[in-house]
Amino acid sequence: MKRIYVNEMWCLGCHLCEYYCAYANSGIQDMVKALKDKQIQARITVEQRGTISFAVNCRHCTEPLCIKSCIAGAITSKDGVIVIDQSRCVLCYSCIMACPYGALMPAREGVMQKCELCTTNSQGQPACIQGCPNKAIVFEER
Amino acid sequence: MHYVMIGNSIASTACIEAVRAIDAEGSITVIGEEDHPCYSRPLISYLLQGKTDENRMVYRSEAFYEENKVTVMRGVRAQSIDREEKTVCLENGISLWYDKLLLATGSSPFIPPIKGLEEVKNRFTFLTLDEAKRLESNLRKESRVLILGAGLVGLKCAEAIIDKVQSVSVVDLAPRVLMSVLDDAASEQVRTHLQKQGLRFFLGDSIAECTPNEALLQSGTVIGFDLLVIAVGVKPNIQIALEAGLDVNRGILIDEGGRTSDADVFAAGDCTEGPEMIIGRKTVLALLPNAYLQGETAGTNMAGGTASFDKAVAMNALSLMGLHLITVGRYEGTSHLVPCKDGYKRLFVKDNHLVGCILVGEAGKRSGIYTAMIRNKVELDSLNFDLICEEPLLMAFAKSVRQQQLGGPV
Ligand SMILES: Cc1cc2nc3c(=O)[nH]c(=O)nc-3n(C[C@H](O)[C@H](O)[C@H](O)COP(=O)(O)OP(=O)(O)OC[C@H]3O[C@@H](n4cnc5c(N)ncnc54)[C@H](O)[C@@H]3O)c2cc1C
Ligand code: SF4
Ligand code: SF4
Repeated sequence: MKRIYVNEMWCLGCHLCEYYCAYANSGIQDMVKALKDKQIQARITVEQRGTISFAVNCRHCTEPLCIKSCIAGAITSKDGVIVIDQSRCVLCYSCIMACPYGALMPAREGVMQKCELCTTNSQGQPACIQGCPNKAIVFEER
Repeated sequence: MHYVMIGNSIASTACIEAVRAIDAEGSITVIGEEDHPCYSRPLISYLLQGKTDENRMVYRSEAFYEENKVTVMRGVRAQSIDREEKTVCLENGISLWYDKLLLATGSSPFIPPIKGLEEVKNRFTFLTLDEAKRLESNLRKESRVLILGAGLVGLKCAEAIIDKVQSVSVVDLAPRVLMSVLDDAASEQVRTHLQKQGLRFFLGDSIAECTPNEALLQSGTVIGFDLLVIAVGVKPNIQIALEAGLDVNRGILIDEGGRTSDADVFAAGDCTEGPEMIIGRKTVLALLPNAYLQGETAGTNMAGGTASFDKAVAMNALSLMGLHLITVGRYEGTSHLVPCKDGYKRLFVKDNHLVGCILVGEAGKRSGIYTAMIRNKVELDSLNFDLICEEPLLMAFAKSVRQQQLGGPV
């Protein structure tokens, strides 16, 4: 299965992946309208300290501890892509407690959100990858 | 191969999934006492709050049972097990033959002996969907509710009903709330937070005697109530295992593979007492992730695979009126109190390992990184300890570890 992988040494710390993610999942057509003057709510997080930076999002684990810990049965695997049914989520934070990569965060709507590899929005391809100017994240089979 | 599972809840569902990953053909029968499809038990408080409904509480869809060819017998209790004949006898007289049996009977509310308790007509527990619905249908705007127990279940019940009734009082023998999972300071934060939302606490006290509408506490205080909820704790359902001659202590004793003292009988979930990874002794861990992971392990082994669940720790996320609490592991060794802007963080370190954490509010962010450090026994001198204390970041790990985490499938 194709997943997102990180090439840490290429990351510029520009946070563009976060902006592309927030836009892709905003449901708004116009990128400027989607992002301007907004506290963005990205599903990918750039960790940055000193000269090191890299992006982290859901690893789409083969043994997803989030699924096994969700008290609402809201997280499922769709052919390996780990997705969340927000209508079932009760924001208990069990998945946050369980995910070894810190890949889930609350969305503005009072439910949990996570990267679904842009399979559940209108992008088709992970938007973060398209936004990264330096191939510091790639979408491929490994 | 015929797999029989007693109890239709989280542990047996995980077991079905694991069996079917190996054995597509064997027949699976689940026996469930509750006359409902398998639902997520922790959601009963959210149901009363209107944050979910009975449809969304269903843990797995109807299609799941069709695809996996599972027969579920609902509303029927398994009465006894004959280990010689390898049969389970149901209360309706039917006998089921098994090759491999799973006991996933969960737990029951513990009812303390209190003088006059039988005379209280409006008395409830808070463990099942039926009880939650019965409680809901008895709530009135003018109801005064008394909850006995300031643990997880008692406080979730309080949260669920506080906006629907006149008053909610909580009595507990312990001097502080959530005594078994929080330290003094975190308990204090939680109590203050809940008091601000209108809950009344009577801690370090207990009910000495009841009349139908009044509780006399040990301290002499008298509390009038219309409804009484008993939530002092749960006890594993071991009766059927005990009568079948299986090894039991407080729970049904199992090993890392979910095996009981009979090679063809497995057990998982709240009814069990299994090896905990930090103390290395068997304990009861009545929490949902544990039920899932134990059920999954048992299922793999029942179907002839090999699985060992050697990472059992208490891990719980609890939200109470907007305050998020995350507790993992054990509170032993050296404690590190980490100053937090919007919350509370205490980490516990022993023998170069993180063994536990208490996280309140913002401190819970990305906390699975701490959980993984505990479960995987990460050597603390292999990472930037100061940084990881400050914030759970993958940055704190060695570059080679990060390369594995982010550079290949995990
Ligand atoms: C209000 C509440 C909130 C909770 N919140 C959380 C939370 O936030 N996080 C968390 O991790 N955990 C939470 N829990 C605990 C969690 O619900 C349990 O750990 C989990 O449900 C255990 O699953 P199980 O499959 O072992 O057993 P159970 O869910 O207890 O199910 C056992 C089933 O077996 C049936 N049964 C028993 N004996 C027989 C028999 N002889 N024949 C047929 N059927 C039988 C019972 O009727 C029951 O349906 C909460 C529990 C409650 C009550
Ligand atoms: S959310 Fe976390 S645990 Fe779940 S699949 Fe993604 S990385 Fe794995
Ligand atoms: S926050 Fe939502 S998705 Fe996460 S475990 Fe709780 S119910 Fe499941």
